[in-house]
Amino acid sequence: MNQSFYKRVGESVHRETLPNGLQICVVPKPGYAKKYAFFATRYGGMDTRFQLGGVWLDTPAGIAHYLEHKMFDTKEGNALQELAKNGAEPNAFTANAMTGYYFSSTEHFEENLEILLSFVSIPYFTEESVAKEQGIIGQEIRMIEDDPDWQLYARMTRALYSRSTAAVPIAGTVESISHITAETLYDCHRAFYTPSNMILTVVGDVDPVHIADVARRVLPRQGGPEIPRDYGEEPEAVAERETSLAMEVSSPQFLTAFKCRPPREGEDFFRASLLGGMACDVLLGDSSPLYLRLYGQGLINSSFGGDFEQLPGVAMLYAGGDSRDARKVAAEICGEARRLAEEGIDEDFYQQVRRAAFGGQLRGLNSFENIAVSLTEGYFHGYDPLRFPQVFETITKDDVAAFLRENVTEERAVLSEIVPK
Amino acid sequence: MEVTRTKLAGGVYLTFHPARKFKTSLLSAQFVTPLRWETASACALLPALLRRGTVSCPDMGALSARLDTLYGARIDCTVRKKGENQCVGFVASLIDDSYAPGGERLLEPVASLLGELVCDPVTERGRFVPAYFDSEKANLIDAIRSILNDKREYAEGRLLREMCAGEAYGIPRLGDDKSAQRIQPQKLYSLYRKLIASSRLELFYSGSASRERVEQALQAAFAALPREDVQGIAPAAVHPARESVYSVSEELDVTQGKLGMGFACGSADHTALLVGNTLFGGSSNSKLFLNVREKLSLCYYASSVYHRQKGLITVSSGIEFANYQRAYDEICAQLRAVQNGELEDWELEGARSTLLNAYASMGDSQGKLENFFLGQAATGNQETPEDLAAAVREVTPERIFSAMRTVSLDTAYFLRGKEAAE
Repeated sequence: MNQSFYKRVGESVHRETLPNGLQICVVPKPGYAKKYAFFATRYGGMDTRFQLGGVWLDTPAGIAHYLEHKMFDTKEGNALQELAKNGAEPNAFTANAMTGYYFSSTEHFEENLEILLSFVSIPYFTEESVAKEQGIIGQEIRMIEDDPDWQLYARMTRALYSRSTAAVPIAGTVESISHITAETLYDCHRAFYTPSNMILTVVGDVDPVHIADVARRVLPRQGGPEIPRDYGEEPEAVAERETSLAMEVSSPQFLTAFKCRPPREGEDFFRASLLGGMACDVLLGDSSPLYLRLYGQGLINSSFGGDFEQLPGVAMLYAGGDSRDARKVAAEICGEARRLAEEGIDEDFYQQVRRAAFGGQLRGLNSFENIAVSLTEGYFHGYDPLRFPQVFETITKDDVAAFLRENVTEERAVLSEIVPK
Repeated sequence: MEVTRTKLAGGVYLTFHPARKFKTSLLSAQFVTPLRWETASACALLPALLRRGTVSCPDMGALSARLDTLYGARIDCTVRKKGENQCVGFVASLIDDSYAPGGERLLEPVASLLGELVCDPVTERGRFVPAYFDSEKANLIDAIRSILNDKREYAEGRLLREMCAGEAYGIPRLGDDKSAQRIQPQKLYSLYRKLIASSRLELFYSGSASRERVEQALQAAFAALPREDVQGIAPAAVHPARESVYSVSEELDVTQGKLGMGFACGSADHTALLVGNTLFGGSSNSKLFLNVREKLSLCYYASSVYHRQKGLITVSSGIEFANYQRAYDEICAQLRAVQNGELEDWELEGARSTLLNAYASMGDSQGKLENFFLGQAATGNQETPEDLAAAVREVTPERIFSAMRTVSLDTAYFLRGKEAAE
């Protein structure tokens, strides 16, 4: 295995690509009792339209998430119980562009790893077991439909995107999932759960060579072909400027978002991600002049925050929280971006924010989950997330001002609101 | 795990966890005070109000700039319920000195800022700055009301409030809307002086610095802390079981119903109840998960929590309105199964190893350690995670089943939709 040292963040990573195309990353963590494995496929809620065996398939919204639920079923019963016997805590999640299965355990780690690799790579569905899941996922959908944060975010993406599948809800709807069959699930598994579309990351006090051996022994010898996907051609204009919903909530809440230039893959993707994050901090982070002013005026409270997010083909900077006057806050954000773009950013303030951003990235390396998810995203997009100290050095305050000038403008803005019933 | 606890001053204790494996150090300062309706909201307001400014950093801008410069050190306000005590204070997280690009020492300036936040707030004419008071009081009222936005949390809070009405354990950690509205600046300032003078102060550190260095930094940071007669820690009173089941329901405009069930535990065999609860609904392999969710497809989540200090078990689930009775009956049936020892071979070992795994990995998370040791200190318990793990290894099936046979349904709460009620 290839070993890379990252002196500035005190980590090392062992990497290997198996002949079947599987990428393996092992991050040794001496002194920790917990060992963590994360097995992920480049397949998520956005991947509803793709080509399999020369034919374009349109699959129901929510199918990647449905598949995630059903993967735990095995011919012998259920993988959850197999892992539970060894005290492992397994779980999984589906995001827009990935599905990840994971567990952590302090004992029997390699045995648990075998179970994980085995159940994720061997599908076992029946029409009956697929039908049974409708009730469970139906209740998961009902639960998130009652969640104002979820509603705000989902409605915000629909306001931003008219064509991109980034606006498709990851869990689908009660209606869309009713069309899911065992056959479609097998198709999706065949297309995307092939070693050449996947990555295994292990974090903990383990022997990297043993990890690669387990993967070689358990997984299929051959990888599959690359699957063409269609995320939709997204125009530059937003789909709708404003969206509002009345719910049983205590006070109004909002998210405002800016449709940013889509990212390129590779190292650029990572630099753009750190740049967007810095722009967010400079514009509206806890120590920004805008945040302090709005907080002082009682227009926002500590629930206020923002982020920059990139998905295949799309990017957005968004911010929100509780506010009595969302429109005013959204207008203030636009105004401040304009001011920073015109007047430039104060050098001392910029250096201060950069220090804090470095500390924030470093703090993230305490979390095994975060390390594994970052390495996975980095692999899917072609960059190395542990090089953040070096990449930060290439970002100047003028880059941030240019980012704001180009992306954070009124034409690119949408507003999503939840108001009390 | 070598965790030590020492007394630094009257009613001031330091729990110290030496560790080099983290990127950060964690430093926490928590005052422990009895949870009461009269003071809960006011105590909850204090950390947020103190966090607005100190004499040397008199506003949020100055505080944020100082923290940013310390490589994004964080100082977060915390308000927690531990048994029938309320713990209020700050948790600071700072990058470990060995990663500071300029080789700076970060522990001392962060400890010093923490001490200032507690002992040296910015004031006007001997009380809190009125603008800060008004703004944080409004934020607290919003935060209390916004519990409604998370229907699961809301339903779980409502169940405890109904079940433990008249007991301190029924008081939400932030108090309620009404008592928050009544907070007066003058009274709050007196409460603040009293809290920092006479409540137990629990300090916690995890990181690479030596104990001598940490003690020195904290002694200096809290040199101005007034200390008078410090109150002892009161343990929670066990919940008295009801004679017959108390049922409450409520209607809101929601699409999913929330079922909460509270059980009283007659046994004081904590380890047996802890393992019994893990079998019942405490993991993703429990009876509730495997039956209410996997077998009957009634829900996405159904889980239970054992409240050790209070001798309670609570169950929480999200279901279709129409499935109320089915879910209710099934939850009761699964409890009976645990009471009768109807288990497959793997279930008991699975529950045991779930708990052992959690204890063994606790030392890998500074946040979990801080929360665990605060909980122990605030409820007058001394066991370490290793002690608790040993007890879990030793507990016999007979002890588990017999302790679980003392568990009886006490209160049922159901949140349903408005249309369903018509």
